[in-house]
Amino acid sequence: MAKAMQAREGSRWRGSNVYLIVVFAILYAPIFYLMLYSFNSGGSMHDFQGFTLEWYKEVFADTRLFIIVLNTLVIALLSSALSTILGVFGALAIQQVRRHRHRNALLALNNVLIVSPDVIIGASFLILFTMIGIKLGFVSVLLAHLAFSVPIVVIMVLPKLEEMSPTWIDAARDLGASRLDVLTKVVLPYIRPGIFAGFFMALTYSLDDFAVTFFVTGNGYSTLAVEIYSRARQGISLSINALSTLIFLFTIVLVIGYYFINKRGNRPPGTEVQR
Amino acid sequence: MPSRTRLRMSDKSRNWYLIPYTAWIVLFVVAPIALVVYYSLFDIEGKFTFSNYAHFFTPVYLRMTLSSFWYAFLITAFSLLVAYPAAYLLTRTKHKQLWLLLIILPSWINLLLKTYAFLGIFGTYGFVNAVLETVGIGKQQILFTDFSFVFVSVYIFIPFMILPVFNALEKMNPSLIDAARDLGASSWTTFRRVIFPLTISGVKAGCQAVFIPALSLFMITRLIAGNRVITLGTAIEQHFLVTQDWGMGATIAVFLVVVMALIMVLTGNRKKREVQG
Repeated sequence: MAKAMQAREGSRWRGSNVYLIVVFAILYAPIFYLMLYSFNSGGSMHDFQGFTLEWYKEVFADTRLFIIVLNTLVIALLSSALSTILGVFGALAIQQVRRHRHRNALLALNNVLIVSPDVIIGASFLILFTMIGIKLGFVSVLLAHLAFSVPIVVIMVLPKLEEMSPTWIDAARDLGASRLDVLTKVVLPYIRPGIFAGFFMALTYSLDDFAVTFFVTGNGYSTLAVEIYSRARQGISLSINALSTLIFLFTIVLVIGYYFINKRGNRPPGTEVQR
Repeated sequence: MPSRTRLRMSDKSRNWYLIPYTAWIVLFVVAPIALVVYYSLFDIEGKFTFSNYAHFFTPVYLRMTLSSFWYAFLITAFSLLVAYPAAYLLTRTKHKQLWLLLIILPSWINLLLKTYAFLGIFGTYGFVNAVLETVGIGKQQILFTDFSFVFVSVYIFIPFMILPVFNALEKMNPSLIDAARDLGASSWTTFRRVIFPLTISGVKAGCQAVFIPALSLFMITRLIAGNRVITLGTAIEQHFLVTQDWGMGATIAVFLVVVMALIMVLTGNRKKREVQG
């Protein structure tokens, strides 16, 4: 009897694992399919004919593409750095609002850009920038990315602020710290893991964004996602495959970095507050 | 009570942080929505009119809206169908966090690249057709069909569905399942009466995270479905970037915002009632 139960447990365990493995296989198959064919000398995404690095050479020789990659990185880093600063201000502001109604209203306004579909964000920003008279290009893309990253940073930083005991601030004030000292020596070090997490989230949102950028980028300025879209619309070209393999590797490096920062952030608070 | 008085003092002292943050809200949250509403009241020649709204409620646009909702519903339903068991099984694995990271990882790859991969896989000479041929079914037109559109969208959205369901399952007290089993409930009854009702908040969050974007997808429809499937998102993109009829595009956007707000309010209210009940 016990053996039969064990056997049943075993088969169920296997059955459930098979399901998970199938889901994983489907999730990863397209990515590996892309990577595999980036080495195909045949020039198409079927009939693997032979190994070649030709497409990688093409990617590295493409100066236009290089500039676009540079554009993407500059936009991502700049927008997430600026939005982190603004987002930390936002979290501090929300935390200081004591009245429940005002606070909920602020939070609701904060979340509008997180839940809105990209198309609407893109279209409304396009109207906004044309109304104000900002030329579509670097500035408009940067502002758009900055705008949609701020609420994400707020969401990541606010829980950390809330978790901090107010007695810390009282203690610092009693010991004679100025407002600025309290901010830079007590509050900011404490919420640092949240700030880092927010920065990384903003970075990934920016790197991943296509739809919003597609609306507010004018002629002549392009980020990677927009460039891939316009190339993919013309059909298959294996240099996109090579490029996506490189992006995949880069993403993995980012994920590992994020993972370790998160791990460091989970250290018990207080062990790294003051130096 | 010194801390109480200090709190009141800091309440009175100005909340300086609010200044940059409010500026952001006004400029990038309030102004864009107001502008979209404003633009929806002008026709292509810049005349003030309600004709855009009248136009929206004609059969052409209503049919498009309905089909857009139907596709979004299909995409959400299939994502849930695949994601729920996966999330459930994930909570039973040994290295949960690692598995979860592996699930999330594909969602960090730009979704354009994943969509592009399906151009190859579903293509006339692609992997799926090669398999179909060896099985004996023969070549099929897969790309540019409703099937490929729904499949690719579900593929893209699965991680976004798994995550909230997984979190809800993790929050559930496991002794409740044991209790149900001890009281003689079958696995199916346990799932139907205990597990699913307790994780409904995660399911709702997941459906929100899938349904709203699915209504407004446009790059997948363009790349995978050709121009066969036109969603509300495709129509907005078309009006803003191709025909330059911003008024009509803004009208559809207003409609989408209203629908979105309705969905949020409906799912939010129900949650409150649950807590009370």
